[in-house]
Amino acid sequence: MNLGKSTRSEKFQHFETETSAWLRGECLLKAAVSVRMRPDEPPLSSSVAIMLYLAEKFQTPEHWFPADLRLRSRVNEYLSWQHMAIRMHGSKMYWMRVMIPKIMGIDVPKEKMDGALEDLNASLTLIEENFLQDRPFIVGDQMSLADLVAIVEIMQPLGAGLDVFEGRPKLSAWRDRVQASIGKDLFDEAHQVILGAQDAMKQVDPSKLEPFKPKILRLFF
Amino acid sequence: MATGREVEVYLDLLSQPCRAVHILLTRTKIPHRIHSVALRKGEHRTSEFSKLNPMQKVPVLVDGGFILTESDAILKYLATTFDIPEHWYPWQPERRARVDEYMAWHHSNTRPHAAKVFILEVLLPAQLGVPVDQRRLDRALSDLDVTLERLESMFLQRQAFLCGDDITVADLLAVCELMQPLGSGRDILKDRPQLRHWRSRVQSAVGESFDDAHAVLFAVRDRRRARL
Repeated sequence: MNLGKSTRSEKFQHFETETSAWLRGECLLKAAVSVRMRPDEPPLSSSVAIMLYLAEKFQTPEHWFPADLRLRSRVNEYLSWQHMAIRMHGSKMYWMRVMIPKIMGIDVPKEKMDGALEDLNASLTLIEENFLQDRPFIVGDQMSLADLVAIVEIMQPLGAGLDVFEGRPKLSAWRDRVQASIGKDLFDEAHQVILGAQDAMKQVDPSKLEPFKPKILRLFF
Repeated sequence: MATGREVEVYLDLLSQPCRAVHILLTRTKIPHRIHSVALRKGEHRTSEFSKLNPMQKVPVLVDGGFILTESDAILKYLATTFDIPEHWYPWQPERRARVDEYMAWHHSNTRPHAAKVFILEVLLPAQLGVPVDQRRLDRALSDLDVTLERLESMFLQRQAFLCGDDITVADLLAVCELMQPLGSGRDILKDRPQLRHWRSRVQSAVGESFDDAHAVLFAVRDRRRARL
């Protein structure tokens, strides 16, 4: 989710953005987006909570987070499910296909890779068959926060050279609708970094990525 | 606000998110009917249940023709649809955002790390007939410790409850996860007075709903004790 634009707009002046700079060789272990709601309180973390807050606070067009409680629940349902499903499975691809080979100097064993791909495919299938079904967007005729959160997670594996849309016409058609709904320029701008990540990573000196080793060992081995 | 109708809930009280939903329903007296789904017997994998929820998970809420999965969504739906005290899921955007923040963080932190301890100590040995994998358990306990530290420093801090001065649905989700390792007699909060006191406040706030929801878990613990 691109909040970089936000600094140019008056309304968003009080937001603080911290974005990962590790592609430039500055190592941050965590990329964080935070929003300061009140000066005397810690910033609000969690991109999901931030989006829900922005939608409410700035009275964004209703389709983002419908007022109808049942439609709204469908958005909440997706936002809840996705944490330990598509988000987890999609992000893993970048670690397994790009970061681990680069940092550890080895390829992830085929068995582990196959298992991770299977999990990712299961999530993608659930998105198509359970969350989209025959609707243009997740909760109906218009795009909502559910589609926004979904698209960025689904695009993530593309950063690892994995075309998740191949052989998935329903998902591809939905992506096209999301892209049109967001606007091609903004969509492309938001995804520029991840789509170029595999190439950019080739330029990075592996020693700069040493701090990631303990996390990799913990999570993947 | 809705009155005179009864929601149906499909749940297994051995499941942490199911208990959170159960506590909210019983504490706030939202009219409801419980359908028991025994996970240990694979009842969530029957074709009948799969028609209700293709993802084969509990809890599931049915309100008229409306079927809703995911405890997050269910808790928020109940709090905003029924006439229950506002503190459960506050209307004010800044207060509501704190609850949303915890509930999002919960998925990748409290839930997996607390659940893993129970899975390694109780479920896997029971299902596979193997001894506890101590190495994995030690690692799980270490991950859980980091989570408990963060619960205290990021959320609880000096507040009475995780998201402010009043109990919210976030506290229900968290407390039910942190209770799960008690199934093997392990009190993960025994060395954490801040969280222990918070747990007591949650118990006081929900009254007998707490023990009602946890009866099954306590029975698991007691049966294990009897065997040793």
